[in-house]
Amino acid sequence: MSKFKKKSSASQDIPTAALPDIIFMLLFFFMVTTVMREQEILVKQLLPKADQLSKIQKKSLVSHIYIGEPKNIGTYGEEPRIQTNDVFMEPDELTLFVNQEKDKLTEAERDRITMALNIDSEVKMGIVSDVEQTLRKSNARKILYKSVRGVDK
Amino acid sequence: MARNKERGTPEVSSGSMADIAFLLLIFFLVTTTIANDKGILMQLPPPPEDDQPEIEFQERNIFKILANSNDQLLVENEPYNKPMSELKEEVKAFVLNFGNPDQEGIDTYNSLPSQMKVKAKQSPESSDHPKKAVVSFKANRGTSYELYIDVLDAVHAAYNEIYGERVGITSKEFLELDQSKDVEKRMYQQARAGIPKAISIAEPDK
Repeated sequence: MSKFKKKSSASQDIPTAALPDIIFMLLFFFMVTTVMREQEILVKQLLPKADQLSKIQKKSLVSHIYIGEPKNIGTYGEEPRIQTNDVFMEPDELTLFVNQEKDKLTEAERDRITMALNIDSEVKMGIVSDVEQTLRKSNARKILYKSVRGVDK
Repeated sequence: MARNKERGTPEVSSGSMADIAFLLLIFFLVTTTIANDKGILMQLPPPPEDDQPEIEFQERNIFKILANSNDQLLVENEPYNKPMSELKEEVKAFVLNFGNPDQEGIDTYNSLPSQMKVKAKQSPESSDHPKKAVVSFKANRGTSYELYIDVLDAVHAAYNEIYGERVGITSKEFLELDQSKDVEKRMYQQARAGIPKAISIAEPDK
């Protein structure tokens, strides 16, 4: 019995004075790491799983291309589409996009541009290869197949 | 009244500070998407030129992987149903075959650690030496992107494991080598010397 008595006599209050500080710290962490999406992705994006992932060294050199089935099937149909920035594109229009992206970089960096292909895993290879062929022609030959780390197969 | 005047600076109540911070915290928690800029890095070949001479490869130096529109694989002319880890081992064995090495190939072989030398089967039907070995992957337009990435991942894994093993690290550690650091860059170059990552992605069939 004496055990219980001791417990009840001890102070039960947890000091909460430091709580705001802790919360603020977390808050700042999330504020700093948050990247607000500057564009709305209009296609489905379920990235494939892979294991051999490399990190991008310099983020400013990366341009994103999204491919997948449109989320709004009623308006855009079921066929996979290519999205860059806010618009849908045909594969052969990508040259223009590549050139626009290259213009944003300095002369020395232009050859090192990396195209990140965010492709939904349900897409068939046909459209992917069309995109690749255009990228080859427009001389943006470094590509990154975006994928997430998968479980061991 | 007199008491009020005595208190020079009235205190701001900070009791609700934590609540406000919590509210903001939850907002940022919800909106945060931790950017994952990771993926399989590839270099596309330069655009084809019309007067490009055809480069001839001996059959034994090419490891052929074909995929059809039903997501079935044909590896080295045989239907393939085994898991991808198996394919990785086959690619490794193919690259490290050393069937008929030239001087450069012998140098590469001698630079390998002993546990890798054992793996060289020296079969006359497989690649001459790593520098000549090419892994060719051809998909169909109807092949799913998922399978394409699976195969590409396996082939990359094979090469990265070879590179990693050469300098005594795992393939994951090899991928994380930071080129901007001298020591790690040297390690990277040492791992890749003599064994180019020759992955050829052919244009898919209609």
